[in-house]
Amino acid sequence: MINANATVLLEVRGLRATVAGVEILKGIDLTVRAGEAHAIMGPNGSGKSTFAKALAGHPAYEVTSGEVLLEGKDLFALSPEERARAGVFLGFQYPVEIPGVSNSGFLRLAYNTVQGARGRDELDPLEFDDFVREKMKLLDMDPGFLDRSVNDGFSGGEKKRNEILQMALLEPKLAILDETDSGLDIDALRVVANGVNRLLTPANAVVLVTHYQRLLNYIVPDYVHVMEGGRIIKTGGKELALELETRGYDWVLEEYKGKTGAEV
Amino acid sequence: MSLTTTHPYIEALLKGSRDLPQSPAGWLDARRAQALERANALTVPTTRDEEWRFTDITPLTRIHFQPAQSVTRLALSDIGCFIVPEATVRLVFVDGIFVPELSAVPDSPAGVQVSTLAEAAEARSALLEKHLARHVAFENNLFAALNTSYLRDGALVTTGKNQACAAPVHLLFVATQKETAAYPRCLVIAEPGAECTVIEDFVSLEDGAYFNNAVTEMVVGAGARVRHVRLQRESLNAFHIAHCAVTLDKDASYLSNTVTLGARISRYDLNVAQNGEGAEMRIDGLALISGRQLADTHTLMAHARPNGRSVQVHKTIVDGAAHAVFNGKVFVHEGAQLTDSSQESRNLLLSGRAHIDTKPQLEIFADDVKCSHGATVGQLDAEQLFYLRSRGLSDASARNLLTYAFGAEIIDRIPVRSLLERLERTVLEQTQAAEPETRS
Repeated sequence: MINANATVLLEVRGLRATVAGVEILKGIDLTVRAGEAHAIMGPNGSGKSTFAKALAGHPAYEVTSGEVLLEGKDLFALSPEERARAGVFLGFQYPVEIPGVSNSGFLRLAYNTVQGARGRDELDPLEFDDFVREKMKLLDMDPGFLDRSVNDGFSGGEKKRNEILQMALLEPKLAILDETDSGLDIDALRVVANGVNRLLTPANAVVLVTHYQRLLNYIVPDYVHVMEGGRIIKTGGKELALELETRGYDWVLEEYKGKTGAEV
Repeated sequence: MSLTTTHPYIEALLKGSRDLPQSPAGWLDARRAQALERANALTVPTTRDEEWRFTDITPLTRIHFQPAQSVTRLALSDIGCFIVPEATVRLVFVDGIFVPELSAVPDSPAGVQVSTLAEAAEARSALLEKHLARHVAFENNLFAALNTSYLRDGALVTTGKNQACAAPVHLLFVATQKETAAYPRCLVIAEPGAECTVIEDFVSLEDGAYFNNAVTEMVVGAGARVRHVRLQRESLNAFHIAHCAVTLDKDASYLSNTVTLGARISRYDLNVAQNGEGAEMRIDGLALISGRQLADTHTLMAHARPNGRSVQVHKTIVDGAAHAVFNGKVFVHEGAQLTDSSQESRNLLLSGRAHIDTKPQLEIFADDVKCSHGATVGQLDAEQLFYLRSRGLSDASARNLLTYAFGAEIIDRIPVRSLLERLERTVLEQTQAAEPETRS
């Protein structure tokens, strides 16, 4: 939902970043306002996931120039955990398995840590159990997943549901969902997408990183950005996603080259 | 008839053993005399000995440890925090001396008979003669020879044919006096088809340096099943050297959980011999050490008959300038066909000064077996850390959680609920107190 007067949640200006000395992000500009849904699409290796991880503070990505403001404050001055507490959430493309750490214990620790940092009430194990089971219904998740180790032995779809469950618990202002649709069959996709939709409010925003248009049938974006070579080379409305689906990315690249004379 | 000159340190350690009263069983005195002779003939191992390559016990040899001269009087409340509620039978040894007032031996505990070795030397001499000092060889092993030369008291746990004892037997060794040596001794005999759980628990009410030199022998009959929980939570200045030998008959099974938390220097040798077809062993170990501690675990899983199975997971968490050593040998004899064995040594270094030496060894002389082994040494996984931090957990809290989880895999398999919970808390506290020095 576009509202030109809504608060700017995220302001990215000229972001450049490297991984192991190789520049992957080559100047990204993006503005996300409250209430908006953005989709970032693009071919493999275009820098989409790097962008998502850099925003969340992954230590392997070094920001070399540019700035990112979260509600006007310098995001890069914050550690990954401070970003999470401030309202940034990254839904991982490959959620990490942590054998030996119970999912319920982990979810409660994360929830209480973030609640505490935001000056809100924490929940004891019994209260949390009721609370989390309610949230799991939203995602049609079996409560049995509480007793297992974090993501350990979960199928691809189960891992993605567990990611969105964490999003539901942590109530981010800005959720960046990195290929949340990959590994999901059509039924799971619908459940996960509906879950995300129900979490979106006029006060928060979502950035969907995806290869495919099909997720966007369920979570309808206000903006679609095409990323290539570490830059956003085109921005359009939801219809751009459909056009990409039928025509591929090459024409966008040609258009960009023609416009800028740049080699991408 | 030793012709060698006795090592002065060994001489000092042995001083008290000549004063032991005669045993009612002549064979026992003879065996002790043999051990004394061997102890006199042997030397203190140094890092030049292959078996002690990484473990320098020089600090042990600076003190002439003597057996306790007097029994420290303790009330049950002094050892209240060590009591295991599930155990109906408890033998308590204070500085190596059996203390009946602290022990609990019901007249007829279900399925299991527990007594001191001193009692058994009279009442069950033939059984003892057959097994005592027959499984842990002392001929070339100084510490086993020392222990055997001091053999007087200790614990005998027997389970009769097809008897099962659901409640664990708790053998509690309490240290209360510095500069003393204790020689704990246990013999566990599970008759065919029997089942029991034995907890060996080494604790301390004294912060100083003392020396525990323990020997345990276990004989597991055909189809019998023994669970062995071993907790070493000595004082951080103590020395702990222990040997355990387990003999498995046909289809027998031995499951052990060893947790090493204490001692300045500790060494545990566990030898499991599968002497009957189809026997099974599962050996789990966790050493959690910091400061200047050294914890050395040597294990040998010897498959002599076909269709044996062995699974071992040994983990260490090493912080500060501590040093963990693991040497795990799997030996598959000719004829031990269809052996299925796996061994894993997994090690976590929490500081830049921590040190680990790990050596899994596999020797196979049969041609139709399935054996795997491996070792990993590492720091915490960077992706797991980032994942937890991206959910709001602080770096320290994420590290603690992952360290705890690493150890919990072993703790969670301990078959005694109250111990499991207590150890979970201990590991949690210890991992949270870990030195943050090299952390970013």
